[in-house]
Amino acid sequence: MSASPTATASAALLEADNITKVFSGGLLHRSQLTALADFSFRVSGETPSITAIVGESGSGKTTLARLLLGLVTPTSGVVRYKGTDLQELDKEAQRAFLRDVQVIFQDPFEVYNPFYKVDHVLDTPIKNFGLANGRRARRALMEESLGAVGLRAEETLGRFPHQLSGGQRQRIMVARALLLRPKLIIADEPVSMVDASMRATILGSLQKLNREFGISVVYITHDLTTAYQISQDIIVLYRGSVAEVGNVETIVQEPQHPYTQLLVGSVPVPNPDHPWQGERALDAPTADLTPRGESFCPFHDRCPHTMPVCVEQHPPMFRTAPDRAVACYLYQESPTMPAAEMTSVITGGAGGDRGQRTGERGQKTEAV
Amino acid sequence: MASIRKSAREARGAVGKMRVPRGLPVVRDREADGTAVLLVEDLKVYYHTAAGPVKAVDGVGFGLAAGERFGLVGESGSGKSTIALALMRLIRPPGQIEDGAVLLGDTNLLDLSEEQMRRMRLAEISLVAQGAMNSLNPVKRIKDQILLGLRDHGVRLSDAEAASHIADLLQRVGLKSGVAKMFPHELSGGMKQRVCIAIAISLQPKVIVADEPTSALDVVVQWQVIDTLKRVQEELGAAVILIGHDMGLMAQAVDRLGVMYAGKLVEVVATRELFGEPLHPYTQLLIASLPSLEGKSDLRGIPGLPPSLLHRPAGCPFHTRCPFVMNQCRVEEPTLIEHRPGHWAACHLYGSEVSA
Repeated sequence: MSASPTATASAALLEADNITKVFSGGLLHRSQLTALADFSFRVSGETPSITAIVGESGSGKTTLARLLLGLVTPTSGVVRYKGTDLQELDKEAQRAFLRDVQVIFQDPFEVYNPFYKVDHVLDTPIKNFGLANGRRARRALMEESLGAVGLRAEETLGRFPHQLSGGQRQRIMVARALLLRPKLIIADEPVSMVDASMRATILGSLQKLNREFGISVVYITHDLTTAYQISQDIIVLYRGSVAEVGNVETIVQEPQHPYTQLLVGSVPVPNPDHPWQGERALDAPTADLTPRGESFCPFHDRCPHTMPVCVEQHPPMFRTAPDRAVACYLYQESPTMPAAEMTSVITGGAGGDRGQRTGERGQKTEAV
Repeated sequence: MASIRKSAREARGAVGKMRVPRGLPVVRDREADGTAVLLVEDLKVYYHTAAGPVKAVDGVGFGLAAGERFGLVGESGSGKSTIALALMRLIRPPGQIEDGAVLLGDTNLLDLSEEQMRRMRLAEISLVAQGAMNSLNPVKRIKDQILLGLRDHGVRLSDAEAASHIADLLQRVGLKSGVAKMFPHELSGGMKQRVCIAIAISLQPKVIVADEPTSALDVVVQWQVIDTLKRVQEELGAAVILIGHDMGLMAQAVDRLGVMYAGKLVEVVATRELFGEPLHPYTQLLIASLPSLEGKSDLRGIPGLPPSLLHRPAGCPFHTRCPFVMNQCRVEEPTLIEHRPGHWAACHLYGSEVSA
């Protein structure tokens, strides 16, 4: 089932359409956990973008990465690669997908086979995809890729994984991803196990791939600061649902969702004169409201602004500005936006110039 | 709580403050009066491998004033966690404490027998270990795990006394008394970490060593744990050594900071001054590499890699990565010198003159 050429031209590179993932367990699957609910996301592939997905543990961010990679099947909704459901790709499309979409995982220690030299992880994709023929050409390609992430081939090739630092190993993973000239790199916590001085280097090389090679990046992290530094857009997840989405600059400087406010206030700033507010960023929860049904705001029990409506119905997305939307009833005067349209507020969602798009969207919003 | 502490202490003899020898980085303000609760002198810990000794901690010295919060930051492999273990005398082979002194009051912990040291742990110096929340016994209730430490230190309590002591401890770390009856799996990571803090303070030690107590916790929970640690430490008047790699967290959590590099302290100074006017080039680059939320900037790492601790380069351990390297740096190792009052740095850029 391969898409027709015309469909391929208009379809997004990777698109998650209203996906939900429920994990069930226990006797007769009675215990259920919604890891991710009603999530939509789109990488057009035309405008190289960096989108950060930020959330704490249990927010569903790793489930999302696995769904986008096709490692997990959504309970409802579809993930499409160039218009075709990931689960229904034919062999050829599967191969193209494996080449176009690369992943970098959190742990730079576990991805290596300790018995092989690090050359192996670079050599394998070159052979599998026939990127270069002959030893010399393969070596040249490896050197070029390593150079792009600031590593010298003579210091890395021919060594075993244990002879390299975590930062070097993680940069080799970035180099490996680059070898295939993918259109999208999904990086799941790529720097959380790396030292501070190396963190900047690795994120810098991701940024470079985005700028120089036109590769889009989905940066999944718990760290708001690095997300702010490298991305244009941000999606804040809380317990499996989107709390806030849009332009990273406005969201970090003026967070609207109370959870985002808490997150911004909790970041310890390396300046002793800057107060570390933590939970003091929010007032204590006042209302003692308990949800009766299945649908409610996931943040209601920690929110200082909880209203009766928050425990009756999960808040929809309210579009508070052309380039941002927030799932919180405090902004219910703004127009609502179907979850499926969530990606229309972010850069990577559609092609073309951002300003222009913003204008178009402004009109659309009015029409709604 | 005081009586519990007293009964645990009788077996040991009291621990007091002591004068600080010159040449060790300590706080010298009026309040501290040149006295320290803990002095670490020229500590050396090596791990003996087939290829030779790995000098994980190589001549580290610092002093800790009563009630002070002192931070040790450094990258992985800089020796910060080894220091925590050495202070508790928990270094295991192939690691070995080669030299130095850890003075808690008049007692050099390194001279004690294993049994004497066991009595010191928890009662005088306690550890909140890295990933401590995973150290709780999964099949024992929280209250039993707290009581275990007390019993080992010879504290005998009636059921009613024990219950009220545990409730008091849990309340100090911001947990409800109902937690006492729970099992570890019923608690979140942050709550477990707070239980570990409650255990660490159960005998009111003079010094609490907290080794990366918040790594693997979410940022909101990190704030809760550090806030708890600060509050409890202030209430008890204990001194804290906080070990970590997160400069932002350190800036918010400690009064004074020591920067570790390749098994050595390269800079020690009050936190505000460290972030305001760092002297050592490594500290300067480390601070410059920190991403901030106040405006975007280019991400800059520190080029190069830390040296192998097996084959240390001659001279300054940072000279291979230092942008200001001079000929002297390649041959002569700088010593930690007080360049300004209370501001210690090991760097040839500032000469070797000791200020008054």
